[in-house]
Amino acid sequence: MIGPMMDAWYPVALESRLGTNGRSTRLMDTPLHVARLNGGAIEIRTEDGRALPVRLRYGHVWTSLGAPTTDLFDIPEADQPGRRLVEVGVVRVRCSPLRAVENFLDIAHFPFVHTDILGAEPHTEVEKYEVEIREKEDEVWATQVKFYQPQAAKSASTGITTDYMYRVPAPTCSVLYKTCPARPGEWDVITLFVQPLAEDLCDVWPWMALFDDESPMTDLIHFQQMIFLQDRSILENQIPRLLPLDPGMEIPTRADLTSVAYRRWLKRHNYTYGAQLVAQ
Amino acid sequence: MKLYDYILSPSCYKIRLMASLLGVPLTLRPVDFHPGEEHLTPEFLALNPAGTLPILADGGLLLTETSAMLVHLATSAGPDWLARHDPQAAASEQQWLSFAHRLTASLGGARLCDMFQRPGDLASLQRQGIMALRELEVRLFEQRLRQQAFLASDRPTIADIACFPHVVLAPDGGISLDPYPSIRLWQRSIRGLPGFIEMPGIYRRHELSEEPDPDAANETAEQV
Repeated sequence: MIGPMMDAWYPVALESRLGTNGRSTRLMDTPLHVARLNGGAIEIRTEDGRALPVRLRYGHVWTSLGAPTTDLFDIPEADQPGRRLVEVGVVRVRCSPLRAVENFLDIAHFPFVHTDILGAEPHTEVEKYEVEIREKEDEVWATQVKFYQPQAAKSASTGITTDYMYRVPAPTCSVLYKTCPARPGEWDVITLFVQPLAEDLCDVWPWMALFDDESPMTDLIHFQQMIFLQDRSILENQIPRLLPLDPGMEIPTRADLTSVAYRRWLKRHNYTYGAQLVAQ
Repeated sequence: MKLYDYILSPSCYKIRLMASLLGVPLTLRPVDFHPGEEHLTPEFLALNPAGTLPILADGGLLLTETSAMLVHLATSAGPDWLARHDPQAAASEQQWLSFAHRLTASLGGARLCDMFQRPGDLASLQRQGIMALRELEVRLFEQRLRQQAFLASDRPTIADIACFPHVVLAPDGGISLDPYPSIRLWQRSIRGLPGFIEMPGIYRRHELSEEPDPDAANETAEQV
């Protein structure tokens, strides 16, 4: 059952790669077609001909199966001059869309999965950080996250302690802010936009807005693809396939506070497409 | 040597891996294969009309076939990687070097289809991939009976490097490697070679790198 996730916004194509053939895809088991019309406009219809709302933002084409009560979430940094906007491209993952987001929120796995890039042994400790569900914005936020990284970004040549902030503005989207090696005082923005195809299958569209005048665009794309592909093999082997929302299922540690808040927020809104409600 | 490279391509990784095992430095030129399809631009089609990656340039030499690149690297920097010592091994090396193309077409095709949604008949590619894996499993099993850990010989050759990446990444295309014990042992032999490098989905040989703690073993034994 889709439930209230029906009314959320989801990415369904990369605007720049949408040709005249369009893109036939799915959103939460509903087949749809993203069409590029003759004049260049974009139209989205379900298989039975129903027209869906279209938003073009952050390089992607967004839509919703229901009636969204709010517009697509804002990322103010996306409009900041001087940022390079990086379209990383789609990667299909056989996992729950919610698990894809949860993995993105986790830092404890860095030394083990992104070895010598985003983390390295013995620097495995996750220091205390702050997590809250911001009522006004209705978003999950983790702040004051710090982690030692051997190569935090394409533009980083040596190890640094990186500051992070995580934000979940929609059930299958997350925005990460991290120390910008090229411009201290600013945050690099790295997002994970997840298109749920089925409860255990998703198309993931990473996207970034970075300050980096040095690296060629292809290097920026490849850096992020390499990181995400390291996650992909982990995501496809997680058991159970659906994200458990029953607290009896797993024992979280302090490092998992963001995940705990994310799950609590999902549960509160009944965002359960891709979730397992009762321990099995 | 300059390699036109895509970090997630198993075929490009073959060349990076071979060069690293031989200690040959490469200059990498990253190509935006996905999502940009830079390899299909006129500039690249002029270099390689087949529109494939990798491409290796060395002086006046421009190679677009991975087998030729492996031969070139080994001939110039590590003749031990060529099975020239006996006619049977030399022929086997050629056999498995050519066989690698089937892995690229089937397992590699399934991976592109499944992961990046490139066009293709996924079920048929997976079927062909499984056929190829079964053939490889039989060969490696028989090689072990002959006390040989590698495809053509008792030591690794370019044929092993040609077959290795697409096999390890088969799960990316939805094909499990669980049914193939000989393939798993062979993989470990390669992952433990000095100079081995990783790519996403292909990792160092962690599981055999440390001795088990003898005290822990005793405790377990006592409990039993």
